[in-house]
Amino acid sequence: MSMVTYIVRRLLWLLFVVFGVMTLVFFISRVIPADPVAAMLGGHAPADLVEEMRAKWGLDKPVIEQYLAYVWQLLHGDFGVSMASGRHVLQDLVEYFPATLELATVGALISVVGGIVLGVVSAVRRGKLADHVARVAALTGISMPVFWLALLMMLLFYFILGWLPGGGRLPYYMDPPTRITGMILIDSLIARRLDMFTIALKHFVMPALTLSFFGVAAISRVTRASMLDVLGEDYVRTARSKGLVENRVVLRHALKNAMLPVVTIAGIVYGRLLEGGVIVETIFAWPGLGRYATNAFLALDFPAVVGSTMVIALFYSLMNLVVDILYAFLDPRVRYD
Amino acid sequence: MTRRAHSTSVARDTWRAVKGNPLSLVGLGIILALALTAILAPYVAPHDPYETNPLAKLGRPTSIHPLGTDQIGRDVLSRLLYGARISIRIAVQVAVISGTVGTLIGVLCGFIGGKVDSLLMRITDIFMSFPQLILAMAFAAALGPSLQNVVLAVSMTEWTYFARLARSSALALRGQAHVDAARAMGASKTRILLCHVLPLTLSPLIVQLSLEMGGIIRTAASLGFLGLGAQPPTPEWGVMVTAGRNYLPASWWVSTFPGLAIFLTVLGFNLLGDGVRDILDPRLRRK
Repeated sequence: MSMVTYIVRRLLWLLFVVFGVMTLVFFISRVIPADPVAAMLGGHAPADLVEEMRAKWGLDKPVIEQYLAYVWQLLHGDFGVSMASGRHVLQDLVEYFPATLELATVGALISVVGGIVLGVVSAVRRGKLADHVARVAALTGISMPVFWLALLMMLLFYFILGWLPGGGRLPYYMDPPTRITGMILIDSLIARRLDMFTIALKHFVMPALTLSFFGVAAISRVTRASMLDVLGEDYVRTARSKGLVENRVVLRHALKNAMLPVVTIAGIVYGRLLEGGVIVETIFAWPGLGRYATNAFLALDFPAVVGSTMVIALFYSLMNLVVDILYAFLDPRVRYD
Repeated sequence: MTRRAHSTSVARDTWRAVKGNPLSLVGLGIILALALTAILAPYVAPHDPYETNPLAKLGRPTSIHPLGTDQIGRDVLSRLLYGARISIRIAVQVAVISGTVGTLIGVLCGFIGGKVDSLLMRITDIFMSFPQLILAMAFAAALGPSLQNVVLAVSMTEWTYFARLARSSALALRGQAHVDAARAMGASKTRILLCHVLPLTLSPLIVQLSLEMGGIIRTAASLGFLGLGAQPPTPEWGVMVTAGRNYLPASWWVSTFPGLAIFLTVLGFNLLGDGVRDILDPRLRRK
């Protein structure tokens, strides 16, 4: 099968998955007894008001009818109106997604660079002190609950040392740059506001580090294992026996070939960053999709719940697709079928 | 191989893997300590975990309250000890529900094959193409936040891992000689499934379970932290962390200690899992 056919087939599958996730979440949120109108109006609202609200949001109709109406809406590019904010869900998603994407990307960069460096050092120094320290650090990283780590960071760097800002993307007294991409680092560069860029970067440090903790740990573990496999191969011995400098052997011959499993885990990590993002955004008051989704879940804001889960599913599946395509570039032996 | 011989060999493999790995022993120690804490909580907790004391709000750690008191004067240590019961309860219940459901579905798929198999596997694909915590949040929100619903919500995201693993074991077993022999002797499909296939799929599943435990506890605590899980005044660790958030930095102990408890528990399971994981890897097993 050619690459193009493969990508087209995977994209179709991706649509199916997103549609499946939408259906799953839709039915769960409709079938199960939690009542969004009660959540919105409180327990003591008059009965006629409750009825009126139910009719307004179409909740009085049979579930199947609600579902078909929603699918029809979606096919017309309409994600519905948020019950909490009264705005179009699509409008909300477009507003909040770039902040999450930006944070997740910075987090992923730290994870990949940190994870690979730690993993390579660990493998090359196998059994030595550096290896033990790196392995314990990695296990700590994958065991650390994100919300606890975020609070500890906040306690140390904001409350005690006062080195970093405690939340948000910019200080309250600073007007954000003209919105072009919705990503504050890029927008401030476009507006040629280096001062704002530096300040925004400072706001990134804690959320991005918190977010990447798991990623660094997961990637370093896989890199270490994969490097150890590769370092035992014949061609590495050949490279050494040719008299190549050890650094060159490690970086050019071993690392490149050890990358395949690392790419897989990096894709998973990027997806997991979205998950961690939910918590990190809540704690650091980051105006992103994660915080939006959490508030939607808490308020049982159905259109927002379904909309945000769909975007997350789409992003997650796209990442998996990118990973699979990257394989072909890294390993010419990989065939798509 | 008889069933008993098989299960003892799994136990022996597991013990050997753990024994040879000092970090796994540490993990085992942490988990045993946690289990002991959960069992003994009512006897060793210095105070009632629900008893409030307006005069001792946000008290620093002292000899009476070794880990301080929270925003309504409850003893943090006692709540922490009782919290161990909740964490273990959640982990065990999720493991039993998702393990049973997932294994049954997986074994059935692998054994029957055909359309049922491909449909169910596509469903697991959909579940797995989604970040677990967010799926659990969706389930928990829809079910309504409560301790029992956390168990349901996490189980609904967890079963797919067991289904996949059980399916692949069942597929491998389907063509084996002892299954053919049972069939030739006229055993019914149900009997073959229950007596000749299911028992042999269990050992990798048990190992998988130990690998999933840490994640289950962390997901449940995250739901509690976000307000979508256990609700106050339940002494669940995630809920306790969230309650203390507003009292940082002055009363750091309110959320720091429960967070530490979650971390140590997850670390314990991950350390143990690191040793046990090798059993699943046939390359390592042969060595």
